[in-house]
Amino acid sequence: MNNYLEVKNLSKSFDNFRLHDISFTLPKGYIMGLIGPNGSGKTTTIKLILNMLKRTEGEVKILGLDNIADEQAAKKSLGVVFDSNYFSDDWKVSQVEKSVSVFYENWNTQRFSELLDKFHISPAKKVKELSKGMQMKLMIACAFSYDAKLLILDEPTSGLDPVSRDELLHILSEYIEDGEHSVLFSTHITGDLERAADYITYISYGELFFSGGKDEFVDSFRIVKGGREELSDDLGKKAFGIRDFATGFEALIKTEDIKLFAHLNVEPATIDDIVVFTSKRGEQYE
Amino acid sequence: MKLIISNISGIPIYEQIKQQVKSAIMSGELHADETLPSLRTLAKDLKISVLTVTRAYTELEEEGFVKNIQGRGCFVLSRGSELLKEQLVCKIENSLSEAINAARVAELSGEELHRLLDILMEEKTDE
Repeated sequence: MNNYLEVKNLSKSFDNFRLHDISFTLPKGYIMGLIGPNGSGKTTTIKLILNMLKRTEGEVKILGLDNIADEQAAKKSLGVVFDSNYFSDDWKVSQVEKSVSVFYENWNTQRFSELLDKFHISPAKKVKELSKGMQMKLMIACAFSYDAKLLILDEPTSGLDPVSRDELLHILSEYIEDGEHSVLFSTHITGDLERAADYITYISYGELFFSGGKDEFVDSFRIVKGGREELSDDLGKKAFGIRDFATGFEALIKTEDIKLFAHLNVEPATIDDIVVFTSKRGEQYE
Repeated sequence: MKLIISNISGIPIYEQIKQQVKSAIMSGELHADETLPSLRTLAKDLKISVLTVTRAYTELEEEGFVKNIQGRGCFVLSRGSELLKEQLVCKIENSLSEAINAARVAELSGEELHRLLDILMEEKTDE
């Protein structure tokens, strides 16, 4: 099986928000970043994958297994890390192992204690005594101890200092190094993804904006800059978002359109640029 | 082999890897039949995407410098350095014809052009 996660036409309707027709595929051995502004549906998507929310329509396959019909089997190979810790605060780390390990036949006690060592987590400490970064590593240690094949992280880097963020990215790239594990993680700190992610799925206001290779995503946009008098109607039509100010303007355009604006200053766009400019457009339409 | 990725050079990362592998082959630092660093390990070490390294290695293979063998690694081909030399000679030819064209416009004689080349080469050897 080559695809560890397949999401097809996933939809969920709430009273005031609708996640509509989301489809993407994460192959085995790669990291995918799930991006989008706050409130765009990232966490909803993850909760639907985990069957923590009931989907309105669509299909989710985890390592080829349906996430509802084969939920038990699918979750054996699935590790989850949330932005806040889901263990009881008063448990000691050793009690966390006791409580979690009973759910997994292939729990590896030795591996767990090696990981605690590696992450410098003391088994005698209580969960609430651990820093946010440590709590996250504890959740990862649990997932790795039953050899989860697919790791899903929801905003793992928010609230972490740069050192812990770097550590997390290192742990993740080590995890996929053997080509047998995959990672899906949602974030709005796109700098984390700029280098490490192989694929990007970008959800904007409940709609799928893009899903595919990260390089392809970044390459398909450019930032143009110029003086205000150079801001033509044509550019206005082609641009995904324009920021104009007293001394000039910046706009996001498709790379295929740069020929039309070659006389202007054209620069590569970052993931942040793309999210910021495309989301502004969304607001204008609302 | 040394690989340094710059974030501010503006050159895409896969291109930086390609250039540095090529110059390592050219300088003799990488010999024929030697393997390039494992794709996934390199991605981990440089903190870049696996797909970025894959693209660099695939393009190097397409250009005839290396051979990817599934499960065994990416090997430097013996004709890699010859190929590189050929490419460079081609580049020199292009630059020289450009110089000749410019010389024609400037009405420089062949002798003068030769002399100019000699002077420039002398300056380079002095450096």
